[in-house]
Amino acid sequence: MAKSIQMKNVDIYYGKFHAVQDVNLSVPPRAVTAFIGPSGCGKSTVLRTMNRMHEVIPGARVEGRVELDGEDIYRPAVDPVEVRRAVGMVFQRPNPFPTMSIRDNVVAGLKLQGVRNKSHLEEVTERSLRGANLWNEVKDRLGRPGGSLSGGQQQRLCIARAIAVQPEILLMDEPCSALDPISTLAIEELMGELKKDYTIVIVTHNMQQAARVSDQTGFFNLKAAGQPGRLIELDNTEKIFSNPTEKATEDYISGRFG
Amino acid sequence: MAQAVEVKAGNSRLIRAQLSRRFLAAIAAGAIAVTFALFIATPLHGLVGFVLVAAVLYVVAQTVISNVVEGRRAAMNRLVTSVVVVCACAAVLPLVAVLGFTVIKGSAVLDLSFLTHTMRGVAEQDPYGGIYHAIIGTLEQVGLATLLAVPFGLLVAIYLVEYSTGRLGRIVSFFVDVMTGLPSIVAGLFIFALWILALGQSFSGFAGSLALAILMLPTVVRSAEEMLKIVPDSLREGSYALGIPKWVTVVRIVLPTALAGIVTGVMLAIARVTGETAPLLLTVFGNPALNFNPFSGAQASLPLFVFGEAGLPNETAINRAWAAALVLILIVLVLNIMARVIARFAGVRS
Ligand SMILES: Nc1ncnc2c1ncn2[C@@H]1O[C@H](COP(=O)(O)OP(=O)(O)OP(=O)(O)O)[C@@H](O)[C@H]1O
Ligand SMILES: [Mg+2]
Repeated sequence: MAKSIQMKNVDIYYGKFHAVQDVNLSVPPRAVTAFIGPSGCGKSTVLRTMNRMHEVIPGARVEGRVELDGEDIYRPAVDPVEVRRAVGMVFQRPNPFPTMSIRDNVVAGLKLQGVRNKSHLEEVTERSLRGANLWNEVKDRLGRPGGSLSGGQQQRLCIARAIAVQPEILLMDEPCSALDPISTLAIEELMGELKKDYTIVIVTHNMQQAARVSDQTGFFNLKAAGQPGRLIELDNTEKIFSNPTEKATEDYISGRFG
Repeated sequence: MAQAVEVKAGNSRLIRAQLSRRFLAAIAAGAIAVTFALFIATPLHGLVGFVLVAAVLYVVAQTVISNVVEGRRAAMNRLVTSVVVVCACAAVLPLVAVLGFTVIKGSAVLDLSFLTHTMRGVAEQDPYGGIYHAIIGTLEQVGLATLLAVPFGLLVAIYLVEYSTGRLGRIVSFFVDVMTGLPSIVAGLFIFALWILALGQSFSGFAGSLALAILMLPTVVRSAEEMLKIVPDSLREGSYALGIPKWVTVVRIVLPTALAGIVTGVMLAIARVTGETAPLLLTVFGNPALNFNPFSGAQASLPLFVFGEAGLPNETAINRAWAAALVLILIVLVLNIMARVIARFAGVRS
């Protein structure tokens, strides 16, 4: 059920702006892959090409091959909706649907795909909210609007919403940047749970988090401002943090960046 | 640092002398008294002139006294505040005047019998007669126009915001802009030429609805477009990332988020065309009797009724025109209130 992702010679553009250059990588199934790197080097951009979210932005395009279990997801015949059903995403900034209650936010994916079964929806609501460590805080007010939660709670709501549709791959763009250490720990535990069945790719600025949760780590960097970002190296997390091949990686990890 | 604010006990530099309410009231009384004297001593007369002169005197006196007592900045503040308040009042004055005048003139004839009778067989000097037929006509014509223009306009707006990328979108957008400025008589002429002359249809409420729909369309498209545009992209992306197809995203996420604004826009469009007279002259024609069927035969409508009665050289007819105008204003008012209520409760939850 879990799937793998391969990127081959991928170049990513926003209109004329060449954002990311020549990425080659492989994300193995049932593992957590972490992306680290300085701000603006294209981590989010690479993540968004993995479920065809990049093309939503006008003028944005992708060159090269992005494969889901060996299948190129950018072939013209591929339906992006199906890609996104398989590859879910949690965004850097929480975006709960403002017209929906907490409950409806969690099961929005299922409901809007046509699932009607009440008891099933209820069960999914509880399981997903528990998974995102939000259940205890909201179980008494599931009918309140999703926008009424605090920023961190909203983020966990979005995580619950993403896992409710049971994607095969979960992309998380700095999911813990707005969270307290306890919720962060809960999300990290959740990732540990999820990776038994799912493939996870996470972007994080928290080096300890990358070291704690991921099996492999990729380091992205920019040569200079205005230049495209590149994947400098991707390796086992242990190796990246103890004995990286590239000097740039070592500098970044040890805080001697720039 | 020697310039730092000194705070003296009981006489702080932070506290300035201030004109009291009572003193201001005294200035106002003085201004009115002086105006009285002026109006008696000079050939000045008239209520409007009196109010104006008194107001100007008050503002000048207040500013001068304030300048002496409170200082320059406070005086300036009082002057500008007065000017702003006067402008705000002046802006609503015509509205209040029109409304008040209509209420006074219209309520003379307006009663239940006026609302439930038609003008069939009523001569212009007869004191009875009513606007039942015109109310029905207006409701049917505007209702049909809404049914035509709103779904159509919404689809256009959705196309422009969610789907168009290239030239077609820009062309449509341009023509919608141009249509916004379309004189209403032209819409009537167009339907008259197309529907009645070229296609050989009769005068009917529906022909009027077509003309009104043409007038509503650009307003609906523009307002819906603006509302859809401000729905943040992060909501669309959040929905896509759940594997939800684009059209479901538009219908279930984007539209509800923008609903309040769209409803307001639609209501404003309806309110605007409810009072249209010119396009109906050529398409609905007017009818003193009740015609329930908007699809065949001439119908009445409130604006046409007002237009017709007001043109008759007879006091009772003119009174009926005022009463009908009052009903027309009330209908538009109710629509506006409904729009506000819906806008408050629909859509975004908070
Ligand atoms: N919508 C957009 N339009 C144009 N350029 C963009 C857009 N989004 C990102 N970029 C540019 O692409 C480059 C990579 O951005 P990206 O968001 O992928 O960085 P990031 O590594 O995720 O940074 P951060 O750690 O701050 O989130 C940046 O130079 C950014 O300015
Ligand atoms: Mg980012």
